[in-house]
Amino acid sequence: MRIRRLPLHRDYLVLALVTVVLFVAPLFMSRFLISLAVLVLYWAHLGNAWNLMAGYAGQFSFGHAVFYGIGAYTSTVLLVDYAVSPWLGMVAGAVLAALFGLVMGYLLFRFGIRGHFFALGTFAIAEMVRLFATELEFINTSVGIHVPLVGGDSWLRMQFEESVINYYYVILALFVIGLVVVIAVSRSRMGYYFQAIREDEEAAAALGVDVLRYKTLAVMLSGALTAVGGSFFAQYFLFIDPTLAFGVSVSVQILLRPIVGGVGTVWGPLVGALLLTPLAEATRAFVRTPPAFLGVIQGRAGVDVMIFGAILIIVVLFLPHGLVGAGHSLWERVRGAEATR
Amino acid sequence: MTVTALLKVHRRKLLFVLAALLLIVWFLVNAANIGPWWERNGVVLRQAMVTGLLIGGVYGLVALGLTLIFGVLDIINFAHGALLTVGMYITFVLFNRYGVDPYLAILVTVPVLFVIGAVVQRLIIHPARNAPTHNQLLLTLGLALFIENLLLVIFTGTPRSIRLAYGRGPTDLGLFTMDFPLRLAGTTITMTKLAAFLFALLLTGLLFLLLQRTDLGKSIRAAAEDKEGARLVGIDIDRINLITFGLGSACVGAAAALVLPFLAVDPTIGNTFNITAFVIVVLGGMGSVPGALLGGLVVGLTQELGVVFLPSSTKLIGVFIVFILALMFRPQGLLGRRT
Repeated sequence: MRIRRLPLHRDYLVLALVTVVLFVAPLFMSRFLISLAVLVLYWAHLGNAWNLMAGYAGQFSFGHAVFYGIGAYTSTVLLVDYAVSPWLGMVAGAVLAALFGLVMGYLLFRFGIRGHFFALGTFAIAEMVRLFATELEFINTSVGIHVPLVGGDSWLRMQFEESVINYYYVILALFVIGLVVVIAVSRSRMGYYFQAIREDEEAAAALGVDVLRYKTLAVMLSGALTAVGGSFFAQYFLFIDPTLAFGVSVSVQILLRPIVGGVGTVWGPLVGALLLTPLAEATRAFVRTPPAFLGVIQGRAGVDVMIFGAILIIVVLFLPHGLVGAGHSLWERVRGAEATR
Repeated sequence: MTVTALLKVHRRKLLFVLAALLLIVWFLVNAANIGPWWERNGVVLRQAMVTGLLIGGVYGLVALGLTLIFGVLDIINFAHGALLTVGMYITFVLFNRYGVDPYLAILVTVPVLFVIGAVVQRLIIHPARNAPTHNQLLLTLGLALFIENLLLVIFTGTPRSIRLAYGRGPTDLGLFTMDFPLRLAGTTITMTKLAAFLFALLLTGLLFLLLQRTDLGKSIRAAAEDKEGARLVGIDIDRINLITFGLGSACVGAAAALVLPFLAVDPTIGNTFNITAFVIVVLGGMGSVPGALLGGLVVGLTQELGVVFLPSSTKLIGVFIVFILALMFRPQGLLGRRT
């Protein structure tokens, strides 16, 4: 059977609409809201990258921080030591992350590591890289690197001290590009191979899909997109150290949003980020000035991540397909009820 | 069989042989230097080996809990280390607030962690028993985040340690007196590490007996072997799952009390133990009890020797190298079976 391909898929249309809305939206937002929106899009982009590999190709990574950190460090080191523009650094980071993904994916998959062991392997590799990073001299060991301030705004240096809105448009562009990649891939031959592998690896292999090759490709693509997010973070936060770049919490935060939103759905990562990022910020604000009866938690670190842990458990238990998945099945049920009437 | 076919079939063995040959060549090339080198570094090496073996016993106990849970419930418990941290804080509070000896605190931490483990299994793991594997992994990951950060909120990130009033200088052990720290062939053995090692071995042995000799143990092993078969002969799998998760958690409860006398506790300490336990379980073979103990000793040794040999201040580097090698060459573990 030939799969009928529409010239312009519904997802692209929705994306165009969302892009227009997101493009205009900051004109009506305060500085605070814009900086919140930057974080939302940033997490949505990272979730998107993770989703490509986990949601479409079925390879659950618990160590995506490794790609993220490679991106963040590549652009930062190139900028600080060699005065290369972060835009080029971002591309270099993506290439490097893809190469790392090639080696990592090939090695892990070559030896038949999958499921549990793949999650564990990625987790361990990320931790290993973090530990190496704390001892590498040329990235300033565990001390970390400050991105030198240029003062004011500079498109060349991707640094916008005065107008956060520029950061917003940068991350919006990255997010849209990432989402276009995901939609395009999911509707390409490669995407169908990914999904075949996710559903049943043996069956896919029996039908002639080069499983090793396509799984590795998924890791590379996802890694490159994640690295771009890492470079952006370094430019936005203007500081990077091994824990911020390669820490376990980065890996967990990356996978949290697409899981809450819906793994393997186009819009899951954005939905998850829209929900969780404001929640994280609200929690931090709450902890800074808690009501009197909760005075003990004033200034205590960890409350936000604790809540994330609880949300992760609740979502996986009660909404195993995420919000988008739950919304979809609710919609199906409503339609089904109408159809039988 | 053609040569290429032979190469293909025995690829892994060949790689082993190649690695061994390289090692031998390295030794031969450096033979002249080994003597003087040993003179200089012998004591450091012996110390690293003794410390590694002692701590390896505790690692074995932690990994035993993880491997039990994996063997029966078929999930990798990312919250295992976090539960260990809980045990360490319980021991700390008991010692600090009520002056309870940490070795006596085992009697509290073991049952408490058993109950926590059982509750976790019933409330979080059990409802997702038919969900895809990665969902169960995510549940334990979420639990680890929750526990770790709850402890961070309660106790803050400050490391807390305890100092025992005994264990230095001549110590009366009832039958005989011992002078701690022990001196053995130039190495130093502290009472706390020796006690941790001996208690860990004792508890591992007890658990092994429980698994081998009792009806409960036989049911647990049956469930690990073949869930459907066990169900058919009338074993209540739900009950076994509950007890196994409790037992696995009780292992870290004991380990927690054993390590606190020489290791400061902070909310993230469980991570290190978690990663170490993963490595041990992969190395020893998922679900293998003797493998966990052997793996624990190997990883303890690797960790301490790694500090001597590798230009790195982080103990885990050597362990990670072992982990990657184990994942690649023997994913079924040293003592595990091929599936």
